[in-house]
Amino acid sequence: MRFSTSLRELIGKRDFYAGGLMLLLGLGIALKGTTYRAGTLMHMGPGFLPTALGVLLMLLGIAIAGASLAPGPDEHGGDQSLLPEHPQWWAWFCILMSPIAFIFFGRYFGMAPGTFACVFIAALGDKTASWKGTIILASVVTVFGVSLFSYFLQVPMPILTWRGEF
Amino acid sequence: MIEQALSGLWYGFGVAFEPHNIMWCFVGVLVGNMVGVLPGMGPLATISILLPLTFGMKPVGAILMLGGVMYGAQYGGAICSILLNLPCHPPHAVTCLDGFPMTKQGRGGVALGLTVFASFVGASWGITEMIFLSPLLVKAALQFGPAEVCSLMLLGLLAGSTLARGSPIKGVAMTVLGLFLGSVGTDLETGSERYTFGMTELDDGIELIALALGLFGIAEFMNSVNQVAPINTKYTNVSIKDMRPTKADMKRAFFPMWRGTIVGSLCSLIPGTGPTIASFVAYATEKKISRHPEKFGTGLIEGVVCPEASTHSSVQGDFIPTMSLGIPGDAVMALLLGALMIQGIVPGPQLISQHPDIFWGLVASFWIGNIMLVLLNVPLIGIWVKMLAIPYRYLYPSAMFFVCIGVYAANNDFFQVGEVAVIGLFGYVLLRLGFHPAPILLGFVLGPRFEENFRRAMLISRGDILVFVERPISAVFVALCAILIGSQIYFRLRGAKADLEPAAENVVGGEAPASLAAQRVPATPAE
Repeated sequence: MRFSTSLRELIGKRDFYAGGLMLLLGLGIALKGTTYRAGTLMHMGPGFLPTALGVLLMLLGIAIAGASLAPGPDEHGGDQSLLPEHPQWWAWFCILMSPIAFIFFGRYFGMAPGTFACVFIAALGDKTASWKGTIILASVVTVFGVSLFSYFLQVPMPILTWRGEF
Repeated sequence: MIEQALSGLWYGFGVAFEPHNIMWCFVGVLVGNMVGVLPGMGPLATISILLPLTFGMKPVGAILMLGGVMYGAQYGGAICSILLNLPCHPPHAVTCLDGFPMTKQGRGGVALGLTVFASFVGASWGITEMIFLSPLLVKAALQFGPAEVCSLMLLGLLAGSTLARGSPIKGVAMTVLGLFLGSVGTDLETGSERYTFGMTELDDGIELIALALGLFGIAEFMNSVNQVAPINTKYTNVSIKDMRPTKADMKRAFFPMWRGTIVGSLCSLIPGTGPTIASFVAYATEKKISRHPEKFGTGLIEGVVCPEASTHSSVQGDFIPTMSLGIPGDAVMALLLGALMIQGIVPGPQLISQHPDIFWGLVASFWIGNIMLVLLNVPLIGIWVKMLAIPYRYLYPSAMFFVCIGVYAANNDFFQVGEVAVIGLFGYVLLRLGFHPAPILLGFVLGPRFEENFRRAMLISRGDILVFVERPISAVFVALCAILIGSQIYFRLRGAKADLEPAAENVVGGEAPASLAAQRVPATPAE
């Protein structure tokens, strides 16, 4: 019985996951690092330092996770949930899709559509966003951005283009 | 020595007064002041956005402008703290404590006026320190071999990750991660590819701009979207007339200002203790030596000028190790070093002698820039205050565009835009898990140089790892590292972290992953 409550407490701690993530990252780095030549201390190969860093990261991960087992509140206090109080899935999705839209529209249609799509999609993430306001914002940034980057700073990206092949 | 420094400074003013340089300096401080005022945009994200635009510029102009953003943002941040009680930028969080009560009493203008004055004094002191200390440091550093450079970097990295905010062990983990990220790409010595997973775009390593904008741009937007409180503009009517302090105010502010300046300049000498810690230490000291400590927090002018002077003196002082040793103290300095490296300039002790125009031009531009900032802030205060009202829903989508186009323009390649999205997502996960991403950048920028020097030291010593403790200077650095780690463990076991930490956490809010932490309020649940 006691075991199960302590286990639940453990799984509930944010630092436990933080340590776990570092452990996994370190493991991955170290394993991949062993495929490169390590060499000797005097003549180090390309794999030496990354592998060492991976092992160090694993140790730090264990230490972070281990410290979370200690009783009492840690730096997060009561807030142990992985998600914030009000998860903003839609907004996060919009923010992450915004560069993707920039890549897609920028590559196939040019800078102006890319900019418009990038700003438009990002702006949709805000709770209070309205269609009209979003379109106006995206248009303003497009006009301003294209004139700044294309005319003034000469970024070599066509303003408007059409690449038929996908 | 002094003569040499003064003639260097004279030369620097010549460089900084060249028309295009003075223009870039002005652009830098203007943009810096602007983003300092805007809640939700930090100097880190701004410098990374501007970085690709500087590729076509001469190195001097580029570094003057990027440096200007850094210290310009400090002036803007104070406005935000005093008038809105929003600690948009961590170094100014402590200014809220006495600044906002002053605003409520209708003395916000006076607080601002004296802040500008104190900032200028603090900055001037920091610059003076830089002029005279840097050449001395360089003289010592030129004697360093690879082993010394290596252990000095180790000390800088350790200090940068453990003395900053948050858990020290997590900071070290982030530094290690940064060092690793720096090793991605083609190995300089053997030419073999590491961790590229077959993507040729990664051969040159991870793009510095993509990393910085992912961690401090996108991750930050994800953290604060829909979480920003509506801004209370009730007290933001400040005119230039209100800013003139009375004689009594000046008298009361004079000594705290100097004490803050001294504290800040001392803090800047310890690597890793940036302006944030400097301002908290200054406030705590001022409160301790005050005859009426209980009045702090009710709107004392001492509680405003002291931390502000300290911040500015420390911001300028932070440039000392960065420019003279090539060891950045925090993420912003790491980014500036990265900007220099992109321009093909090798940071390190040889920088002052090889590129005197950059070093002395930068020093001189600090003074010019600070004078510009005083001129910008006093008469134009009304404009800055109006900028506070720009809502976040307009701000972050526009910033997203600048992020995308900035990363694209770095290489004219869409691959990096995808990279920035991936890094942003990863950065947000780290933020949620209580990591502070700033040390990643520190490790990333120093990583390749650390590896190079480590290999060289090992080659010279014929694979003897003891070389780091056998050479006296290096041994001192290693000992300092050991003391640093030992004291962290000691404080941990005693249950108290560094004694200024609780104060810092109280003001900035329990978990402060972001510049916006303190203004995050529970958003109303979506219906």
